[in-house]
Amino acid sequence: MSVKEENKNPAETAVKEKKQIEAKLIPIYIMGKRYEVPEGLTIMKAMEYAGYKFIRGCGCRGGTCGACGTVYRKPGDYKLQVALACQKTVEPDMYMAQIPFFPANRAQYKFADLTSAPEEVFKLYPELFRCVACNACTKACPQGIEVMDAIAALKQGNIAEAARLSFDCIQCGLCTSRCFGELAQYHMFQLARRIYGAKILPRAEHLAEMVRTINEGRYDQILDELKHVKEDELKKLYQEREAEPMPSGEDWKPKDTRYL
Amino acid sequence: MKTKARNLEEPAVASMEVLGLKLEEIPRWNCCGAVYSLADDDLIHQVAPVRNLIRVKEQGKDKLATLCAFCFNTLKRANLLMRENAEKRDTINNFMDEEINYSGEVKVVHILEVLRDEIGWEALTQKVKLPLRELKVAPYYGCTLLRPREVAIDSVENPTILREFLKALGASPVDFPESTRCCGSYQIISNPDDISEYARNILNSALKHGAEALVLTCPLCDYNLGQGQKELAKKHNGFKGMPLFYFTQLLALALGLDPQVCHFELNYGSPESLLREKNLLS
Amino acid sequence: MSVTISPKRLRSEFVRKVKELSGQNLQSCYQCGMCSGNCPAASNMDLSPRQIIELARLGFEEEIVNSKTVWICASCLACTVNCPRGFDLSKVMEAIRLLTLRENVDHIRPEDISPQERCELPQIAMVSGLRKFTG
Repeated sequence: MSVKEENKNPAETAVKEKKQIEAKLIPIYIMGKRYEVPEGLTIMKAMEYAGYKFIRGCGCRGGTCGACGTVYRKPGDYKLQVALACQKTVEPDMYMAQIPFFPANRAQYKFADLTSAPEEVFKLYPELFRCVACNACTKACPQGIEVMDAIAALKQGNIAEAARLSFDCIQCGLCTSRCFGELAQYHMFQLARRIYGAKILPRAEHLAEMVRTINEGRYDQILDELKHVKEDELKKLYQEREAEPMPSGEDWKPKDTRYL
Repeated sequence: MKTKARNLEEPAVASMEVLGLKLEEIPRWNCCGAVYSLADDDLIHQVAPVRNLIRVKEQGKDKLATLCAFCFNTLKRANLLMRENAEKRDTINNFMDEEINYSGEVKVVHILEVLRDEIGWEALTQKVKLPLRELKVAPYYGCTLLRPREVAIDSVENPTILREFLKALGASPVDFPESTRCCGSYQIISNPDDISEYARNILNSALKHGAEALVLTCPLCDYNLGQGQKELAKKHNGFKGMPLFYFTQLLALALGLDPQVCHFELNYGSPESLLREKNLLS
Repeated sequence: MSVTISPKRLRSEFVRKVKELSGQNLQSCYQCGMCSGNCPAASNMDLSPRQIIELARLGFEEEIVNSKTVWICASCLACTVNCPRGFDLSKVMEAIRLLTLRENVDHIRPEDISPQERCELPQIAMVSGLRKFTG
């Protein structure tokens, strides 16, 4: 048994090694044209591999901004599938197109003037009532949102439910692109979430109380004192600060009770 | 039902409970579309009502009771379509591939039918705590409970179900010829002047026959006749309208339930003053 | 006024489509006028329901499309239940409306309904109105 085979031809070895780590190429169809791309890439990376340069339809590359909505089919299947190009890995013979933007109606409004009544949505988006419950929107959602149910909630005047159901919406617009009634679902949902957050969700009263306390000047003195403390002294104060022990009961109080 | 027609739904739920029937709301229901699509080739507009029927089937239930007459009509006609037309049934089922198949297993009824057929007028009268004596109410059917013939809950030409209902509650029903005349329905959005005219015909006729109020089953009739009254009062100084009730409000009142559940504040024509006059409301 | 009734009119695409969409045999009407008599909106119509049937089966497309009759119809079905021949006139009205709507020509636009009305109308009014008047 030889100890280690001398590497007689480094270049050849390098080529062999490179071939071993090269990924398998699979065919995909981007807007009808065939390309061979390494498997394991996301659709977005595969398109860039194929030579496409994204100046639209690309944003966070993290599945949150909704810019890269993609529609595709697989051979022998009439069904349309949807995905986000930055998240979905390519599959062989994927037949795709992108919808980076869809012209959806976005109502103009001054948010501060709105009330929390569901009629605000009816007023701004009367086309809401054109929904026929065909469910094409739900099928088109890459986030798995029950779009039809959320629209139904809006029609029923339940803003809170619409806000809850549409929480994961990333405004990609694929629902609107498939809608029979020409609704801009994602704009309606955004309005619902805004109304819910600003006007329906109960306010944390202890937070408001705390803000009031601060504004009344309760902590002004100590902050003032600390501002005038020298750096060394400040470091010492910090290192010697009293921390609430873990675990501690409800009766625990700090030694300095001036600011309770 | 959850917003403007709370005064139709809430007294209904409360009353039915007293009568021994619990009304369960269908989960994940969607708007049925309000009107039944009359075109022969139009199947997409049948999807919405059929979806609701599927929801009922999914719950393992076989009966859907409706409060709103408008929706009753759409749901029942869609149901008949699914039962009778095999080709359309298959197409619709195939289209809704994310739902279970449906072939008309559910029965669609209106609450008035439930009162007449399952509870019975006599049994209802026995539960009445506050007979609506001397309340002269004209039954107004509108269109959707009685037309087309295949969905009618009573005789098309000479319906009596609301008369029997009112009598069971101790009220005095006042029949009048316009009780099945259309209020104008969706024309309110494009021809509101026509609606005022229809309202005038209907209300004047009821008044002439001695009615003090109208009893309704549909929120759109309520809006058209209510709004119509307002417009007429503006235009014609001498016009005398009348309070409008939902049948469920009268039911709840007669059963002795707390009037708060009736939400009379949402009604047109200040019914509270009429009720106080008759000593039916304190 | 003279009109020409010709095979061309009778076999026109318009007549064929009305028959197909409504599923009704237009020939079964014998013009008794019960429909017009029972129609609550007839007094506001330029062409009565009875006239619509006659014009429809003779292929007078222009007169029908230019009239406001089908847009005043409230689909109350009074005509249908009273017809002695069991003819469903409400379906013919719908068919004629659809011939316009399916050309992507809406009868009203949601914007035409005032914002106040959009708040006050029961939802079923908006849903049904938009279904009947928009495509």
